[in-house]
Amino acid sequence: MSTLTSTTNKVNPLTAGQLPGFALWVTLAGSVVIGGIIDSLVFYGFDIWTTAFLGAVIFLPVIYAVARGVEGRRAAADRLATALVSGAFLLALLPLVSLLWETLSNGVARFDATFFTWSMRNVIGDGGGAIHALYGTLIVTGIATLISVPIGLMTAIYLVEYGRGPLARGITFFVDVMTGIPSIVAGLFAYALMAIVFGPGTVNGFSGSIALTVLMIPIVVRATEELLRIVPNELREASYALGVPKWRTILSVVLPTALSGIVSGIILSIARIIGETAPLMIAAGFTNSINTNPFANPMMTLPVFVYDQYAHPGIERVFYNERAWTGALTLIALVMVLNLLGRFIAKRFAPQTGR
Amino acid sequence: MATVTQSTQEVTPSPGSERAAPPPRRRIGDRVFSGVATGSGITILVILVAVAGFLLMQAFPALTTSPDVLEEQGYGEFWSWILPFAWGTVWASFWALLLGVPVAIGIALFISHYAPRRLASGLGYVIDLLAAVPSVVFGLWGSIVLATAVQPLWMWLNEYFGWIPFFAGQVSGTGRTLLTASIVLAVMILPIITSLCREIFLQTPVLHEEAALALGATRWEMVKMSVLPFARAGIISSVMLGLGRALGETMAVAMVLSGAPVITVEVLTSQNPNTIAAVIAQNFAEAYGLKTNQLIAGGLVLFAITLLVNMGARLIVSRYKEFSGAN
Amino acid sequence: MSKRIEVNDLNCYYGKFKAVEDVTMTIEPRSVTAFIGPSGCGKSTFLRTLNRMHEVIPGAFVEGDVLLDGNNLYGPGVDPVNVRRQVGMVFQRPNPFPTMSIKDNVLAGYRLNKQRMRASEADSLLESSLKSANLWEEVKQRLDKPGSGLSGGQQQRLCIARAIAMQPEVLLMDEPCSALDPISTLAVEDLIQELKETYTIVIVTHNMQQAARVSDETAFFNIAGTGAPGRLIEMGSTDKIFATPDVQATEDYITGRFG
Repeated sequence: MSTLTSTTNKVNPLTAGQLPGFALWVTLAGSVVIGGIIDSLVFYGFDIWTTAFLGAVIFLPVIYAVARGVEGRRAAADRLATALVSGAFLLALLPLVSLLWETLSNGVARFDATFFTWSMRNVIGDGGGAIHALYGTLIVTGIATLISVPIGLMTAIYLVEYGRGPLARGITFFVDVMTGIPSIVAGLFAYALMAIVFGPGTVNGFSGSIALTVLMIPIVVRATEELLRIVPNELREASYALGVPKWRTILSVVLPTALSGIVSGIILSIARIIGETAPLMIAAGFTNSINTNPFANPMMTLPVFVYDQYAHPGIERVFYNERAWTGALTLIALVMVLNLLGRFIAKRFAPQTGR
Repeated sequence: MATVTQSTQEVTPSPGSERAAPPPRRRIGDRVFSGVATGSGITILVILVAVAGFLLMQAFPALTTSPDVLEEQGYGEFWSWILPFAWGTVWASFWALLLGVPVAIGIALFISHYAPRRLASGLGYVIDLLAAVPSVVFGLWGSIVLATAVQPLWMWLNEYFGWIPFFAGQVSGTGRTLLTASIVLAVMILPIITSLCREIFLQTPVLHEEAALALGATRWEMVKMSVLPFARAGIISSVMLGLGRALGETMAVAMVLSGAPVITVEVLTSQNPNTIAAVIAQNFAEAYGLKTNQLIAGGLVLFAITLLVNMGARLIVSRYKEFSGAN
Repeated sequence: MSKRIEVNDLNCYYGKFKAVEDVTMTIEPRSVTAFIGPSGCGKSTFLRTLNRMHEVIPGAFVEGDVLLDGNNLYGPGVDPVNVRRQVGMVFQRPNPFPTMSIKDNVLAGYRLNKQRMRASEADSLLESSLKSANLWEEVKQRLDKPGSGLSGGQQQRLCIARAIAMQPEVLLMDEPCSALDPISTLAVEDLIQELKETYTIVIVTHNMQQAARVSDETAFFNIAGTGAPGRLIEMGSTDKIFATPDVQATEDYITGRFG
């Protein structure tokens, strides 16, 4: 007990040299204020972003110097590292917030019934819409999904359930290679395929689907492979022990267990593909009219629509830009919905594997 | 059945009779199913061969026709035509990596070791949102929003740091320059690098982290001693995957830049070298005949470059796995 | 280089769960104290509160005091990082830094404090730490080779050298021999006997014979049932605890009736 009372008198050497908690925030505020002053005087007038940037740039050496004086070199380095790492995160939020905000605020202008019921046929200037692009995206993505999912799923099944040896290693390696194909190259391939089989200049929805398939298959393979591996081996062994053949086991035990994950994985793959622009520009082309036949004539898709409105505007640019932003907003909304749906299905219907 | 009882009486199997019983007859269902599965796997190989093959076939004319004919009907002699675009592709990706990689690693560290645990997965999800945004939206944002926002900064850079060759030249009035496009690229490759690095940082064995902490290391020192050395190979490979993505990215560059076939290091002017992908995208719709062939040949070159980068990334991971301390 | 530890009414929590309850004890300088008890009784948890490693797990905290020569480790404003520079730790599984050489491993902690050491200073610290850990003769020819290339027993002695290079007041050892073979175990036990001339040592062990061989004082921990917190049942000189313990539970554990 006597030792306890003596500690209240002498300073605990373990606490020596620490900045009080508020010092961090005071330094930060001070740096921002100084940044604002410099901004107004030196730069082209006051604006919030430059002030914030200057404040950050000033804050870093100041906090290091202050900490170094009070706490020592090591603690100062630690504080600097923490500041930099947190700053990196905030820095990444800037474009994200800016992008979402701009798309939302610029896109609501034309987010109306006309946009979703009219095409661009015979439209110059104001009005018009993207219904032809929406149909096109639906058809092209739909066909691509119909082709990619069976191939991708069966390949994943092969890799997980059957594959041993050089063929499996080769296939897994080349699936990796496929994930690295630039999207525009996939579009060029589809165009080249059509050109050789049907003649040069063949541009249609199906060609677009082929391009998307090349991009989508590896995504589906990777996603479903992961889920199939997670299914515990005990389940398979229980099935074999009952005398169920391997193929039945896969269809009746493994797949249903992984089903929610597979469905969710497919939805997430669609979300990644639906925004692809370059391959569709090349393979499916541009048009202003509705086209529901994937085997003849160019077919407009939503992302290409956005590009087209921006890059090939008519006389009054503002209307084209408006439509471009609304198209972008629709696209983002679609991707978000698909993402949420995918994650919801994965969580809600996940089987209880007893872990 | 007779063969089974026989094998239990043998003490040592004589060579050449290791099989105790003949292999069971494969059920038809199994044969069909495994055949379909294997076939799907082989389809992957077929597709890849097809991609390379068809591209080559369509690119062939551009690579073999005489330069004079190409001048008239195409875009000119192939290799001198593509050189500035190859340069632009590399240069833009270089800046994208320079700006993006430190930020990406910082974010990954923040989420894995600095942020409060409960927020960590939520924060990871927020960054992954960046990956969900389609590239055309990035292009729109980059050319309309970012360019105007960043133009004053480029003016300032040009004025005070114009003695550095990168920042020299007549600064662009619209802000739509290579550096702006590189920023957009950097933002686009952020989520790839961050999510890979995040996984790797989280896999640092707790034993080694505690070893550092027990020596009285601060958090940053622990990261330096235990986390970063362990993650070295993974960081490199994630950077290379990000590079692969940046090299092939089309829309962001095509919409931000209106490229010219120049080779220059200046990144703030309005004379910007285009990238291969962007030049293909911008010209394909109006191209015909030999021009189309030439653009496709450009795509082939791009494919080859990204292939090399991606394979290099995988090679590094497998080679350095032994040294990572994960064993 | 060695201090007395006083623990007053220490409770250890993982979130809402109380893992260790009401521990009060005194550990004398330059002695070896062993914590024994059945698995799950909280002895490792309690050990880790002595250098504030317990807090590394999110949601873990303690109530009570730990005094190092009168200074409260859990006093207001105390930085855990400072604590760990004075109280070193050796873990159950040897964990030399795999990307560093033997020399860099030993000097790792010390270098954090003094970035520029003259080569002579570094070498003499290296040699004295490795000699104190009885490892010098075996590795002096290969100081630049990776630390992970040694045998298990050598790696553990390397970790001990790394810890004592920091010149701590107290050395905590969490089952340091449980991953080692009997010969290496003996080597580490001999080492502990030598080290206690200089350091205060606290060792957690599930091997009672080891506790009897190595320690001067022994503390017996026990747990009432699953989900209940661990408690300090009895503490005293090793000879007394093993020959004539006061509490029945202690005697039951020593004689092997449970645990």
